Amino acid sequence: MLELRDVSVTYPESVEPALEHVDLTLADGELALVCGRTGSGKSTLLGLFNSLVPHFTGGTLAGDVLVDGASILGVPPRELAHLVGYVPQDPLSGFVSDIVEDELAYGMEQLGLDPQTMRRRVEETLDLLGIADLRRRALRTLSGGQQQRVAIGAVLTMHPRVLVLDEPTSALDPTAAEDVLATVARLVDDVGLAVVVAEHRMERVVPFADRVVTVADRRVAAGDPATMLRTAPVAPPIVQLGRLAGWDPLPLSVRDARRRRSDLLDRVAARVEARPGDPSDSRPPIPRPTILRAEKVSVAYRSVSAVREVDLTLRAGRVTALMGRNGSGKSSLLWALQGSTRRGGRVSVDGRDPSGLSAGEARALVGLVPQTAADLLYLETVAEECAAADSQAGVEPGVCRGLLDRLAPGVPDDRHPRDLSEGQRLALVLAIVLTSGPRVVALDEPTRGLDYAGKDALATILHELTADGHAVVVASHDVEFVAVVADEVVVLAEGEVVSEGPVAKVLAESPAFAPQVAKVLGPPWLTVAEVEAALR
Amino acid sequence: MTARDLHPGAWWLWALGLAAAASFTLNPVVLLLICAVASLVVMARRTDAPWALSFRFYVYFAVLVVVMRVLYRIVLGGGASATDVVLLRLPEIPLPEAARGITLLGDVTQQALLGGFYDGLRLGTLIICIGAANALANPKRLLKSVPPAFYEIGTAVVVALTLFPQLAESVQRVNRARRLRGSPRRGVGVLRRIAVPVLEDALERSLTLAAGMDARGYGRAGSATPAERLRTGALMIAALCVMCVGVYAYLDGTAPRYLAVPALVSALVLAAVGLWSAGRRVQRTRYRPDRWRAADLLTAACGIAVAIGIDRAYDVDPYAVMPYLDRWPEVPWWVVLIALVGVVPALLTPPPVPDVPAPADHRDDREVSRAGAA
Repeated sequence: MLELRDVSVTYPESVEPALEHVDLTLADGELALVCGRTGSGKSTLLGLFNSLVPHFTGGTLAGDVLVDGASILGVPPRELAHLVGYVPQDPLSGFVSDIVEDELAYGMEQLGLDPQTMRRRVEETLDLLGIADLRRRALRTLSGGQQQRVAIGAVLTMHPRVLVLDEPTSALDPTAAEDVLATVARLVDDVGLAVVVAEHRMERVVPFADRVVTVADRRVAAGDPATMLRTAPVAPPIVQLGRLAGWDPLPLSVRDARRRRSDLLDRVAARVEARPGDPSDSRPPIPRPTILRAEKVSVAYRSVSAVREVDLTLRAGRVTALMGRNGSGKSSLLWALQGSTRRGGRVSVDGRDPSGLSAGEARALVGLVPQTAADLLYLETVAEECAAADSQAGVEPGVCRGLLDRLAPGVPDDRHPRDLSEGQRLALVLAIVLTSGPRVVALDEPTRGLDYAGKDALATILHELTADGHAVVVASHDVEFVAVVADEVVVLAEGEVVSEGPVAKVLAESPAFAPQVAKVLGPPWLTVAEVEAALR
Repeated sequence: MTARDLHPGAWWLWALGLAAAASFTLNPVVLLLICAVASLVVMARRTDAPWALSFRFYVYFAVLVVVMRVLYRIVLGGGASATDVVLLRLPEIPLPEAARGITLLGDVTQQALLGGFYDGLRLGTLIICIGAANALANPKRLLKSVPPAFYEIGTAVVVALTLFPQLAESVQRVNRARRLRGSPRRGVGVLRRIAVPVLEDALERSLTLAAGMDARGYGRAGSATPAERLRTGALMIAALCVMCVGVYAYLDGTAPRYLAVPALVSALVLAAVGLWSAGRRVQRTRYRPDRWRAADLLTAACGIAVAIGIDRAYDVDPYAVMPYLDRWPEVPWWVVLIALVGVVPALLTPPPVPDVPAPADHRDDREVSRAGAA
């Protein structure tokens, strides 16, 4: 169905090719998962299938790309619309109309299909994706998961043979992500589409994948998931657990792994019994002073209540994770802690309330890295940003740069902040925020766009911050990240706290938020690192 | 009546009809009546969509125009004749020889004030009429109804309309983020602090959208030969020229009459042929296009009726339409009736389909950004 023959891609202004000598064949009715580090060329590979590379991105392409047996070299993307359906990363930015139904019909209007066919296909697609009740809704009022399904539907109506999805679940909460992926899996089963998915949080897609395509060092390799994941540069926790336990073939789904867990459980239990203590309280219980205390905090926007009477205590040296579905009030709570308008309640950081202070004083109490961290950047080079941060915080020059070097060593001074990788940019923003010397550091969805290595680096950074005596609060959907990084978890729903407590207890209790290791081994195990430590 | 959205073209014809009527008269009572009619229909038939909420900005703008007009007449006074009623005596500021013919301040006469007020009111009414059309007609559906030849332009406008609220949202977001980092307090620094992230965001979005549209087949059709393009272009330019002549002749009473209506008609014919010729090469279809039904035709007819009525009223009683500036304007009852025809759509058309409200949890983020900006 899709074939790449000795393809190399070189972008303008770069010496080295982005992809080199790629040979790849994908068959009909196959779900292929493309994985690789950030910036490894995943998007380039996806763009090849419908000519967005090089038609849209520029650059030169050597070799041949075949779709359905015909070469598509020199064919512009629009002429391939009926063959290859491409769903971009952020669905909202790709919408052309404002109503669900119109959006589904847009592609067919371009193809010039007759009204009867259009009407029929729209109805079929609405049913297939389970969005029939949304047909008259304005796209801007849909939730992230619904938008993603509409975006998939909008290309499906053209009846393509191949569906290309670029990180379809990166902005979704765990439940919405499951919905979207279940929909994609059903399309492979029922419609017989070939589907190519690039995804950072592979743990969700691996169970459905027929093939895994890894992109690393400008090369592409493809094969059976179990074989490929044995050596893949990035791997979901379940695969890491399998590697650790030496299972062969590697388990790809929680169900597979659970059936084989008994030997691992025995080994772990034996080691743990040999040593006193259990992994959940391996950290010594030292007294930790409370830094931030919030009492009955409420936030409302006109008639809509976003946060209702939430109590929260942040202690020095602890990482608290805020979880909950999209729109459950996590961001609003973080902003309220930083001192934005709130309707009621008290926040006290070392006895002072950030909302009564000037922005500068509030920053010195609570530093917040917002969801779109790049909003804080506005200068041309990293060096300028650091210098500006120093002078704005009133500290001697070099503090911000020093922090940055600790968080992410080796970020070049003369680089434009937009050209940094997601992880480096996040580190830069975090360094700028830390320059003001806040005791409390709040991060809103920091793992967006980070690959596993990036998340590990971020986890290390957060642990260093806690070691320095900071209190850290992180709002995140990313269950696996929270399992690694957090000490305590607060789950919000509709602006209220529905559960809180130590990470092991809260995560293991909830079916939606349980990390894969907990699903396989049961509580109190949360992360591969814990199991590894126990085995050592 | 079951709820349904009227054809956007119907609302525009109605509003343009009212606007045309307003441009034919200086009678303040009639003008205020037209404003009232337009506002009433907007209140009765608008939805909760973002464009529908913009109406009050048009009203503010209209008020500003009236105030500016009157102030202008006061500041640049002069030109009063001996019979005019002087209301206020202000010292006249002498100007250098280069500005001869212009007087600053001086006597303020009733005629000048009323003239400025009526004139401003007429302009304000036009603005309110256009605002009403904007509030009532879904701009995207209107653009879907344009002839296929305008498709590319239409899409560009749709994209602009989509990106604009997003731009506003990112301005609010970035503005809110200023709190999280020290920022320049004034001058170019502030502008840069906000403009750079917002523009980068907008540029990125536009590129994504362009790639997405291309991938979904936008611009696929189109196989016109150079000769066809030339013919279409020539027809459209000719139509435009003839249209200009026709409109000029119609509005200028001294131009020969035979230029007016025949020129307008032939311009329309030329334009129609041009559009047909351009549309022939477009192989695109439309999903569930808006249809003209009785209520839509009625709405359009009401607007046009008001325009024709006020235009004809001049022949019957010129002073009802162009009032004296030295006394209270007279308003014959039948002129009021003509203006009131415009209110019929508020009563006889089906109500709009209510906008499905966003569930509370999705409002969260957007409300946050709004509240943050406040």
